[in-house]
Amino acid sequence: MSKENLIEVVNLKKYFPVGKNATLKAVDDVTFNIKKGETLGLVGESGCGKTTCGRTVLGIYKATDGHVYFDDKDVHSMNREEKLKFKKRAQIIFQDPYASLDPRMTIGDIIGEGMDVHLKLSQKERQEKINDLLGKVGLNSEHSARFPHELSGGQRQRIGIARALAVEPEFIVCDEPISALDVSIQAQIVNLLIKLQRELGLTYLFISHDLSMVKHISDRVGVMYLGSIVELASNKALYEKPLHPYTQALISAIPIPDPEVEDTRERIKLNGEVPSPINPPKGCKFRKRCIHAKEICSESAPELKEIGKDHFVACHLF
Amino acid sequence: MKKILEVKDLHVSFHTYAGEVKAVRGISFDLNKGETLALVGESGCGKTVTAKAIMRLLKEPPAEIKKGSQILFNGENVVEMKKKRLSTFRGEDVSMIFQDPMTSLNPTMTVGKQIMESLEIHKKMNKKEAEAEAIRLLEIVNIPNAAERVKAYPHELSGGMRQRVMIAIALSCNPKILIADEPTTALDVTIQAQIIDLLGELKEKFDTSIILVTHDLGVVANFADKIQVMYAGQVVERGTKKDIFYNSRHPYTWALLSSVPRLNTESKEELYSLGGTPPDLILPLKGCPFSSRCEHCMEICLEERPEELSLTETHSLSCWLQHPSAPKVERPEALRGEIHE
Repeated sequence: MSKENLIEVVNLKKYFPVGKNATLKAVDDVTFNIKKGETLGLVGESGCGKTTCGRTVLGIYKATDGHVYFDDKDVHSMNREEKLKFKKRAQIIFQDPYASLDPRMTIGDIIGEGMDVHLKLSQKERQEKINDLLGKVGLNSEHSARFPHELSGGQRQRIGIARALAVEPEFIVCDEPISALDVSIQAQIVNLLIKLQRELGLTYLFISHDLSMVKHISDRVGVMYLGSIVELASNKALYEKPLHPYTQALISAIPIPDPEVEDTRERIKLNGEVPSPINPPKGCKFRKRCIHAKEICSESAPELKEIGKDHFVACHLF
Repeated sequence: MKKILEVKDLHVSFHTYAGEVKAVRGISFDLNKGETLALVGESGCGKTVTAKAIMRLLKEPPAEIKKGSQILFNGENVVEMKKKRLSTFRGEDVSMIFQDPMTSLNPTMTVGKQIMESLEIHKKMNKKEAEAEAIRLLEIVNIPNAAERVKAYPHELSGGMRQRVMIAIALSCNPKILIADEPTTALDVTIQAQIIDLLGELKEKFDTSIILVTHDLGVVANFADKIQVMYAGQVVERGTKKDIFYNSRHPYTWALLSSVPRLNTESKEELYSLGGTPPDLILPLKGCPFSSRCEHCMEICLEERPEELSLTETHSLSCWLQHPSAPKVERPEALRGEIHE
């Protein structure tokens, strides 16, 4: 294990039992690492397991199998005390800023709750810190006595960020932090996240289905399909030279806000929809929608292989 | 080209406990036959209310379409239509696709029944004819196994399939205008691309006019002919696709266009972001609605609402910066690179 990796995820699996004799393999044998100070983007369509993956990395869900190493310690076999320490260092920002803030707590208490557990500050220090955090996320100290319903969606997401920052974490899972917001507000929040990363040296796992935003904020990007990572590469390599047929289709499907580009470019069309994760196709899970599908694709599942430098693809074409 | 819909000075208010919310404040536009018009703006700017007002789908009260507002469909004023005429107007003349296909289909009816319903009512078909027609419609919207799927309930279909069913229902009576309210927002990118292609195909095939309500500029660039940018219940700029994307003049349009990351921008570079939030529509608006967030705001902007000014035949906007005595403001650097001459 190299020193520079803050997170190492090894063969992580998370299965959910559904009804009789059926399991939903939400995360199926996923391996990746995140370096200190880096942003790893995780993209994919709904139901591909990206959110479950983020939550399992944080230990919110118990892993079915596999390991998540945070600074060399396995998150899933920590004792109580270690877990408490881990939770101070790793935080999450949720997707829905409306559902993730307790409507009966003041903003100050929402931000201060984590500090009460982890930092043990005096009343005065606590309030100072809350005001300081509010300032950091672009709000001001008067907001601390207000309630969530008094704030707009963008302001609420800022509270979500302030809450995550309150315990001075090193690692934050950003689970679709912008998808519930309007375009102009999305830009504000993304700028804020980038600025905070620069100032505080944070490490992000950025989960989103918005490929252009992921490209914007990430250093490396992993593409998920039905619980597996099909391609993992630096964001430049991934967007300029995507190798996996699914990544190619995904990138060509992004609508580009430029009419001339839209009129001239070729789209790779994907037929059909994502199959059910309860009973995915055997072999390569993507083969039924893939234009290059061969016999071998139905026989064995391709493994994630390193094709170029730091460019991993799981496809029999390579 | 023939005008099929004319909206003149449309005002819509909602009466709430907190006071009168003026959601749409004097909107006028025309829609020609076979044309796609996009209404673009952030949430709360009045784009969905405008769309629903055209269909007369707003519950009155609390909503109120103000006196003097005109929505002319082939010259006939929709605002004054009686109940009976409205029920033929909806479905046969105009129909609508909603944002969320999960909640807008009836979960207790098969999708076939839901398509047949409008055929039986509007086209007076009997059950058998209607079912055959429903299958044909499902085939048109590219649903595989249409004869089987007719018997499926909405929960048995995926989001993309449900949206196709919605489109089939909307098309069932060959409407002249199709209103699509954020038709792809709830869908994944690959499915979104399929639905946009489908709408494009159908538009060619049936020569339907489409009003597309969306906040996604990517979808607009792909699909629309004309674009109207809305802010706080008013149209701030309108023009053809080219006018808006390559030659926009309104600071709000600039802000909208620059706040989306392009695939070719450097990553982690700061995105343009607009400070502040849209104005509260309960309060009276003085001056230009955008003035509080505009970086080029002048004294006059706080006092008086700018008149709409035509730059070319297709392109017009409401902004004081166009006034001869206003300082010259250039389009932002980032957008200028986009002009392909």
